[in-house]
Amino acid sequence: MTSSTAVPISDAVPISTAVPISTAELGRIREDFPILASEVNGHRLTYLDSGATSQKPLAVLDAERRFVLTENSAVHRGAHTLAAEATESFENARSAVARFVGAEDDEIVWTSGATAALNLLAYAFSNASLGRGGEAGRRFRLGPGDEILVTELEHHANLIPWQELAERTGATLRYLPIDDAGALELDSLDVLVTEHTKIVAVTHVSNVLGALTPVELFVARAHEVGALVVLDACQSAPHMSVDLHALGVDFAAFSGHKMLAPTGIGVLYGRRELLNALPPFLTGGSMITTVTMQSAEYLPAPQRFEAGTQPVSQAIALGAAVDYLGAVGMDRIAAHEEYLGQRLAAGLSGIDGVRLLGPAAGEFRTGLASFAVADIHPHDLGQFLDDRGIAVRVGHHCAQPLHRRLGLTSSTRASSYLYTTADEVDEFLAGVADAITFFGVRP
Amino acid sequence: MSTTDLQNLYQEVILDHSRRPHGFGLRPDADAHSHQLNPTCGDEITLELHRDPATDVVTAVRWEGHGCAISQASASLFSGLAEGLTTAEITTRIDAFREAMRSRGTIEPDEQLLGDAVVLGGVSKYIARVKCAMLAWVAAEDALATLPA
Repeated sequence: MTSSTAVPISDAVPISTAVPISTAELGRIREDFPILASEVNGHRLTYLDSGATSQKPLAVLDAERRFVLTENSAVHRGAHTLAAEATESFENARSAVARFVGAEDDEIVWTSGATAALNLLAYAFSNASLGRGGEAGRRFRLGPGDEILVTELEHHANLIPWQELAERTGATLRYLPIDDAGALELDSLDVLVTEHTKIVAVTHVSNVLGALTPVELFVARAHEVGALVVLDACQSAPHMSVDLHALGVDFAAFSGHKMLAPTGIGVLYGRRELLNALPPFLTGGSMITTVTMQSAEYLPAPQRFEAGTQPVSQAIALGAAVDYLGAVGMDRIAAHEEYLGQRLAAGLSGIDGVRLLGPAAGEFRTGLASFAVADIHPHDLGQFLDDRGIAVRVGHHCAQPLHRRLGLTSSTRASSYLYTTADEVDEFLAGVADAITFFGVRP
Repeated sequence: MSTTDLQNLYQEVILDHSRRPHGFGLRPDADAHSHQLNPTCGDEITLELHRDPATDVVTAVRWEGHGCAISQASASLFSGLAEGLTTAEITTRIDAFREAMRSRGTIEPDEQLLGDAVVLGGVSKYIARVKCAMLAWVAAEDALATLPA
């Protein structure tokens, strides 16, 4: 079995100045997540699938429960006391999330998740392309000759909406390729982003590789030609300090369930002037000023994008989630996960027959690692690990083009969060080594 | 799942079939074929049937694809089982196999009917893996449906 107790960390990895999360503090954090103490297949759960969805702390569940039990009522309508309290809590949650990502309150649009946020945006562009939004919406119009640029490593949620938008408008979808190691071919950026480019959609952190995108390069080049930058922040906002104003992106999306909140809540961020010029996608109640039998006028953002009844208790829970994360400190969480990511990368690299995907051990990665094992299918490996109570993700992780480019159909991913321990990483590494023996790949 | 269950799921015969599969490799002259994909993992199989139209006997089952040990072993076992049977006999076996697979461990596969493929009986306890075991059988069912009666 491969030893994984000593993990060399190269000088290439930036050393964080954040105060580390101590063992004692980690123990206290874990007590906030009762599911982590549960037993799976006769073993204590080792949850290494936080990249898919995070576990939820009591504080978040309590916040949602408190709201439902004491304030529940319709927001932004009605004048009774509960309605006012509910509206205040709902908007306070929006403020908390806005502060968390360096945005203004009215730049945060609630959606059901990042997929919904990106589709909302793509359909709003679509509506603008049909002439909706009038003069203000002109800057969002797409047609033949215009281009949308994505990258080869995008999650399907930041790829297919743009494919469809291109199909609907006659625009051309192009992509920035990755190299054999999975790194973005940044040298091609200047060539691929041209005066024809209207949208540049890129992920902040690859959900498969854990590599960090140099967003500033994309923003600088896109803005040089007047293109808008859409950032998929699903794997960054939960795991590191993200300042959307400082990054300078035009739009961003992330999901609550990956950052300690329930499912059914997510965020579309847009710069204020853009959101207020963008035509709506979903229409109906709560997003209008004046309605006649012929037409309607719309509220400013964010309400113009929040038609119908909103996921109120989920939004309040997301507010509590970012408060929880903020209290621990995002820089400390990032440093903790960076350490775990390096431990994963170094440990996996040290096992014969394992191919680590993405940045090599010692190079920066977030707290996740995907890999392939020669002659063991990820489903079989996942089943073996599950037998030990170790939960990992197997499959293509909604990134088929990335896997195809790397010559794979699927891979196995271990992903950590603030509550993950080094011991859990080591148990996982031992499990991978033992699986190789079990399946008889290595005599 | 206990380690015993794990060993039951991955019996040596299953691992052997996945490493040295029976019927692997397509031929140019198939009478029917089907391509099936498992979208959750991207695993796929192309399976073809060679039938003697005079007797309705399937003389060869050939397949290609990639996937987990369960799906590969299952394709191999199906190929060995189906060869020499009539299309009606194969359909009966596909139905029996599906019934066992969907039983969540409550129905032991019938050895008289399914032969060596009964080693896959353990899969039925793992709902997430039933699709892996069914992939080749679904492909065969689809291919059979395209054969003229």
